Amino acid sequence: MKTYAKIALVGNPNSGKSSLFNQLTGLNQKVGNFPGVTVDKKTGICPITPTTSVQIIDLPGTYSLYPKSLDERVVMDIMANPKDKSYPDMVVVVVDAASLKRNLLLFTEIRDLGLPVILALNMLDVAKDSGINIDKSLLQKKLQVPVVAINARTGEGIADLKNTIAQHIPATKEVTNGKVHSFIDASIFAPEVVGQIKDVFGVHNDYLAIQYAHQAESLPFLSLSEKEQIEQLRQKYNFKHSLLQAKETIARYERIDELIGQAIREEQKEEKEDLSTKIDKVLLHPFWGYVVFFTVLLLMFQAIFAWASYPQDLIDGGIAALNEYLQSVLPESMLVSLLTDGLIAGIGGILIFVPQIAILFAFIAILEESGYMARVVVLMDKWMRKFGLNGKSVVPLMSGMACAVPAIMATRNIDNWKDRLITIMVTPLMSCSARIPIYTILIALVVPDTTVAGFLNLQGIALMAMYLLGFLAAIFSALLMKVILKAKGRSFLIMEVPVYKMPRWGNVGITIIEKVKAFVLEAGKIIIAISIVLWVMASYGPSDKMERAEAEIKTEKPYLTEEALANEVASRKLEYSYAGHFGKWMEPVIKPLGYDWKIGIALLTSFAAREVFVGTLSTIYSVGSDTEDTETIKERMLKETHADTGLPVYTPALAFSLLIFYAFAMQCMSTLAIVHRETKGWKWPMIQLFYMTALAYVSAFVVYNLLK
Amino acid sequence: MAHPQKSIADMSIGEKGVICCFQDEDMSLKLLEMGCLPGTEVKMSNKTPFGGPVCIKVSGYALSLRKDEAATIMIR
Repeated sequence: MKTYAKIALVGNPNSGKSSLFNQLTGLNQKVGNFPGVTVDKKTGICPITPTTSVQIIDLPGTYSLYPKSLDERVVMDIMANPKDKSYPDMVVVVVDAASLKRNLLLFTEIRDLGLPVILALNMLDVAKDSGINIDKSLLQKKLQVPVVAINARTGEGIADLKNTIAQHIPATKEVTNGKVHSFIDASIFAPEVVGQIKDVFGVHNDYLAIQYAHQAESLPFLSLSEKEQIEQLRQKYNFKHSLLQAKETIARYERIDELIGQAIREEQKEEKEDLSTKIDKVLLHPFWGYVVFFTVLLLMFQAIFAWASYPQDLIDGGIAALNEYLQSVLPESMLVSLLTDGLIAGIGGILIFVPQIAILFAFIAILEESGYMARVVVLMDKWMRKFGLNGKSVVPLMSGMACAVPAIMATRNIDNWKDRLITIMVTPLMSCSARIPIYTILIALVVPDTTVAGFLNLQGIALMAMYLLGFLAAIFSALLMKVILKAKGRSFLIMEVPVYKMPRWGNVGITIIEKVKAFVLEAGKIIIAISIVLWVMASYGPSDKMERAEAEIKTEKPYLTEEALANEVASRKLEYSYAGHFGKWMEPVIKPLGYDWKIGIALLTSFAAREVFVGTLSTIYSVGSDTEDTETIKERMLKETHADTGLPVYTPALAFSLLIFYAFAMQCMSTLAIVHRETKGWKWPMIQLFYMTALAYVSAFVVYNLLK
Repeated sequence: MAHPQKSIADMSIGEKGVICCFQDEDMSLKLLEMGCLPGTEVKMSNKTPFGGPVCIKVSGYALSLRKDEAATIMIR
């Protein structure tokens, strides 16, 4: 494999780093993981001259090398370890020219680690508008690194940046080995500790040495005994972490002031309010702010329901047609059945959710890109905190309405562990798109399709109520966990509120592709694996009864037409299969909720993915599994009666009991797998599985017995 | 010099002040990084209801923080 020079992109959040990354790499990017942590590692290959390409590594946005969250820690882990696979040959620090001073803090830290740096000066136009003029060449002289003016949104200056990278790459080695002038002398803060660490660990750089002392516990490449050694040094020389960090930060800002004082000229404009401040007067208004937010939410709902149904119908029809075609041209065999009923049906079950997930993340990406999401965090923080969550939990909870898998991945920017854990634990209670088919059919079964108060459809209200129920369950579970769980570290909100800007549609597109990919790959592989297991369970039985099913029905009901016969046989076969046996075996457990063994089979099959429920029911009730037509299944379900009493099975009590069960139960292996990955263990996913199942069972029991 | 009595949390919308010191060491580390240095001018721009987070203008950008976090930044 060809090896490329590695260029790391570093910068503050909102500095335009992601836009620059997208400009440099386009769609030619890969998302992987940094080893040992679950933080996304985005890399891409970028041609900088006709003959050379470099690898661009996008590092998480951070304000300094002292990390506050999981994401931010990655930056320090890499910068401090020259042996790391991602250790860059050169760093491009992206800075927002409008708040240059604050942005330069991180730049000086990275430069003091001795890394070759290029400074990408972004958003000069915005800075100019607010009266800040920057003398680029003077800045370059003062900072003694190449400074390139870019506009990451329009792509201006990108070619210039590529040239500058190309010019400086061969010089890499000379720069790292030689003396780099540093902005501040780190050794003065703790001369003995710095000296000893340099000797013992063979570190050449003063600033790196003091960072060893500051962050020994969390640096993954240090061994336990090395960490102890550093701890002893710290105690011996009375190393005061917080005090020294504060001193360093202040010293850096003083130095930055000295250096850029002349290069930056601020016009003392009239006290004019910028556009963002004006917009915020409405969007952060104590009353109108919330009105706007809920309107946005409503619009999002509308989009998910109304717009997504067209592509969904197309996918549904396409998969059904493909299956029908394959079944008609291929000889009937177990293998073909595995392909069509197992594999393709499983893939169809995944693809059907892509439109909703794409639309929801389009919304979320636009809200984030425009800068509005930060306002939502501010507006909602106080309310979310009452329930043990945090303003930053809003995005995961909203994403949870499409799919819990990308939603749980979106919790990574919550820096407080307890807040993040609670968000992860309750997000699957939000009604995801996989629950919609179940809600739709059960509501159609028992809620009349009438209009009340002139324009409100009763079934629509029932569906809304299910969403509300999921949300309420989520926040009240959070409240409970807030009381039970012990706090670990303090929770901060201190957060930059970016200026409003037009979303860059390219960035929105890339986010959508990324999230859909995450869903298809992460959730998809598990759903497919389980659909195959379930296919085996439904296609094989413990005895040869399954083979005799056809003959049985032919003797019982010789008058059936060919199609009706096939449907009855499928139903009977399912009864005799392992899945059928399992359903009967678990009947005593689910009887108190009003379910019989047939529903038991559906509960079992929908464990992998909830949406399988409807398909299974149609097989059980022998309406043929190809019929995804709600009306047919509904008619058949209404006719279903108890074998012993002759009373209908689908009473309102049972339907509501099932609705509640599906709203609360943790029936999604993919979510459990993601929670396992994000919490690094089986403890939390198991607790989640247990508490959600218990909640579902108890609530369904109560509902059934109240309505019975 | 008189002991500072007023914090950012006490400011009203549109009011300006100059940061003089911090009352919480942990918080101050984060705030320093974000450009809230002693001697810097701040301006209160938004408040959310029922003691929710506030937004201030500092070092040329907008920063939001919880009210109890704002209460640790003293102004003169």
